[in-house]
Amino acid sequence: MRSIWRTLDRRGLADIGLTCVAVFFIGLSYGAIAVASGFPLWVPAALSVLVLAGASEFLFVGIVAAGGSPIAAALAGLLVNSRHLPYGLALPPGVTGRRWGRLLGTHVMNDESVVFALAQPDPGRKRAAYWACGLGVLACWPGGAVACWPGGAVLGGLIGSAVHDTNAFGLDAMFPAVILALIVKDLRDARTMRAALAGAAIALAATPFLPAGLPVLLALAAVLLLVRAPATKASTGSDEEPAGARVRTAP
Amino acid sequence: MKDSALVVAGMATLAAGTYAFRQSGQLLRARITFPPRAAKLLEAAAVILLAALVATTALTEGHGFSGFARPAGVLVAGVLAWRKAPFLVVVLAAAAVTALLRLLGVS
Repeated sequence: MRSIWRTLDRRGLADIGLTCVAVFFIGLSYGAIAVASGFPLWVPAALSVLVLAGASEFLFVGIVAAGGSPIAAALAGLLVNSRHLPYGLALPPGVTGRRWGRLLGTHVMNDESVVFALAQPDPGRKRAAYWACGLGVLACWPGGAVACWPGGAVLGGLIGSAVHDTNAFGLDAMFPAVILALIVKDLRDARTMRAALAGAAIALAATPFLPAGLPVLLALAAVLLLVRAPATKASTGSDEEPAGARVRTAP
Repeated sequence: MKDSALVVAGMATLAAGTYAFRQSGQLLRARITFPPRAAKLLEAAAVILLAALVATTALTEGHGFSGFARPAGVLVAGVLAWRKAPFLVVVLAAAAVTALLRLLGVS
């Protein structure tokens, strides 16, 4: 843990801290909305700890509250969370920890911890940022979700309407802004920018027609714009190894 | 709450399935030897996914348009980020612009 403080500078930690504060307040609204929709507090509380992926939890609670089947709600949530598979594939090995630590490291994988990790230049800082953000979100998301309860009696009157209407504070714009701020660096490369715009266009075009979660997966097709054709042996003299993958045989 | 048992089953499914997604990407990564260029491509793929996530969360709500206030806030944040403004400024500007527009009656 101490190595996180030493590896990340104060600026990096402040950025992660700010993000976690935003996560706390969105968590607060999540808990309040779930309770207002008729769920006992233990439902959003348990979901917030065991799933730790806000968009899918909002969706699950929303579908069940509207009368939908909980299994259908779970499947819809899983579709939304399917993007965690490419996240796990893209993270350099070791970031999520080794052996037993990896059990927790895997759990705290989400949009925020992944984007903070990818934005760091070297493996040590990637790990530090990943864990700082991951643990911060683990504290703040469920923390916010349950905080509406003790707050409910005392602050309920004060924060009640504010909590239901976090949109009035522009909180919903913060989440895309956080991600955008962290990927801008990579978007300065023209080819990456083109691929990102193509992917965004694909996702936006697909959104009216496909269930939540699928459009952003479809956007991955744009990665084809980044694959360079291997040089032919006739045009270059060098014997370049093709950018393919070799499957490691199981031990 | 109607039919608690089914809700608990749904919650457990969502939790277990999400953990499985988080785990399986890493297992795949460990199984295959990726040369450095392919590894860079994987990171770029994640950036593309995240860019698509920015676009859809900024511009859409469910299957429809999210209204103008939110994308306007995110756009301002993007411009500030491009101009290398500090993270704090970028994120707070997004919230402030969106909140201000909503105060002025923009949805």
